[in-house]
Amino acid sequence: MTGEHGRWRRLRTNRDWLGFWFMLPAAAFLLLFLVYPLGLGIWLSFTDARIGSPGNWIGLENYEWIIGDAKFQTAVFFTLLYTLVASAFKFAIGLYLALLLNQAMPFKAIIRAVVLIPFIVPTVLSAIAFWWIFDPQFSVISWSLKKLGWIQGNINFLGDAWNARWSVIFANVWRGVPFIAISLLAGLQTLPPSLYEAATLDGATRWQMFRYVTYPLLTPIIAVVMTFSVLFTFTDFQLIKVLTNGGPAGSTELMATMSYNTAILGSRIGEGSAVSTAMVPFLLAAIMFSWFGLQRRKWQHGESND
Amino acid sequence: MAGVTLRQVRKSFGSTEVVHGVDVAIADGEFCVLVGPSGCGKSTLLRMIAGLENISAGEIRIGDRIVNQVHPKERDIAMVFQNYALYPHMTVAANMGFSLALRGETKALIAARVRTAAEILGLAPYLERYPRQLSGGQRQRVAMGRAIVRNPQVFLFDEPLSNLDAKLRVAMRTEIKELHQRLKTTTVYVTHDQIEAMTMADKIVVMHDGLVEQIGAPLELYDRPANRFVAGFIGSPAMNFLPARVNGGCISLSSGVDISLPIKAKLEANREVILGIRPEHLEIAADGFAAEVVVIEPTGSETQLFARVGGQEIVAVFRERHEFAPGQHVRLRPRADCAHFFDPSSGQRI
Repeated sequence: MTGEHGRWRRLRTNRDWLGFWFMLPAAAFLLLFLVYPLGLGIWLSFTDARIGSPGNWIGLENYEWIIGDAKFQTAVFFTLLYTLVASAFKFAIGLYLALLLNQAMPFKAIIRAVVLIPFIVPTVLSAIAFWWIFDPQFSVISWSLKKLGWIQGNINFLGDAWNARWSVIFANVWRGVPFIAISLLAGLQTLPPSLYEAATLDGATRWQMFRYVTYPLLTPIIAVVMTFSVLFTFTDFQLIKVLTNGGPAGSTELMATMSYNTAILGSRIGEGSAVSTAMVPFLLAAIMFSWFGLQRRKWQHGESND
Repeated sequence: MAGVTLRQVRKSFGSTEVVHGVDVAIADGEFCVLVGPSGCGKSTLLRMIAGLENISAGEIRIGDRIVNQVHPKERDIAMVFQNYALYPHMTVAANMGFSLALRGETKALIAARVRTAAEILGLAPYLERYPRQLSGGQRQRVAMGRAIVRNPQVFLFDEPLSNLDAKLRVAMRTEIKELHQRLKTTTVYVTHDQIEAMTMADKIVVMHDGLVEQIGAPLELYDRPANRFVAGFIGSPAMNFLPARVNGGCISLSSGVDISLPIKAKLEANREVILGIRPEHLEIAADGFAAEVVVIEPTGSETQLFARVGGQEIVAVFRERHEFAPGQHVRLRPRADCAHFFDPSSGQRI
């Protein structure tokens, strides 16, 4: 009786156990909201679960089925295209904007705030706005181009497969640029001005300053920001769901929307889970790439004496 | 190589003028130090010579060329910054060779020039390191190496030693002076430390509130300061200033104490003056004036004595050792040839 009591006291006061108790709430959170859903998703992908039936273990059958499915192949292709093209544009425009915003100019604070607008507007709201911009009859773009006399009829933005693909990529770029621009701007502002003065005296042109001073010093931040950007873009859902819902004919279906449409709307939970589980290797590859390819440069390590 | 000439140089930021018409002539090969308290405009002046700030009025010449409108890279100058401004992502060799690489020099020539500079500065073993892997003094040397490699007409130094610890500062001071004696490149050096100015300069320009107070060789400024500001700025501990009146054959302090000093012809009787005496020019003597010891600070090589003379505090420094006790009365006498007189209103030397 007293031994039991003593053990309980030790569990309460021992330093190692104390650490464990403090970690417990956070660990419970992670287990409940991250590990459990992920594990459940992977488990379901090996079953023939449907809404209303818990399903039986069917091994890799779902994966065999989706790999041969043309709809899935299109979704993988477009997810990769969407991620690559949108990220490249977001990076180029974001970096350009960051460099621009880093210059001394009038109304700097207001312009910086304006740049953030696409980021603070809820995605669904901006998607609805784009829905109107891309409307087959009332599109402001078609209207403007017609007024300018450049085109005769309306452009079918979301009705044609490739038009729809470029349109949603455009909307994603518009929405993603502020995050990159503001993050890179924060990075630019940490660069000491005296480096540019030194470079001026060394005879560097503006392009050379960017190429040999700004860009290399910004790479660590670019690596982090672009990793996040790629992950966000790859897992995008809202924009597509509202703008095209994967159409026309599945040409703008992303893996995320396909998973939802299959599992929830199509009630084939096992198959939908397999689609979303298939995203994991791609995401891991992106993380590994940024981890190994873009990790801390040699010059960032300090104080070593060899 | 070339000299640097500043004629009526002015600088305004918006409506505030911070440099009010500066004239300085720096000869070819001279080591010129701009010294003054912070905010006196010395760094601004240096940055104007470098071309990092434009010139509001006046004219700057490097050699025979007026450089007001010349781009910094065309001025043939090199600058060492206070925080070194080394490129953190480049090795020591790349940092030093960057300007040559931008000019499109061949790899072999760059490597040779970098190696020569590195050997002069003792940096040869560190060429492949990154700035973060170097100590403060080594980074300082790399910054100088970057300047040397370009073989410019003028070196500009902007408070290069203020980020180093006291001991290293003294060592680098000697090193920079030695480097100058070896390369004989015209140098403009900005500092707020009068000891640095005194020890390194051929010519010192003392600045205060955007104006030049005095230009001269170090000992000239020490022996014959043109005004009260220079007198107080040059020399450590600072000169004692005592309000006084010329009274027949001696000087009467406002506190009533009489000091016997030879009176120069320029000092008419009954004139109000400021008497300036350096602490090291006071000696213990039986016929001196009375002072009460307040604090004694022995440093080993010398002893500083803080004493009160008729309500005013003065400082004296002795090389020889004395036994003092607080409250004790001593008699101090200024060395006759080392007294300075300043006009009380204008502060100018009499």
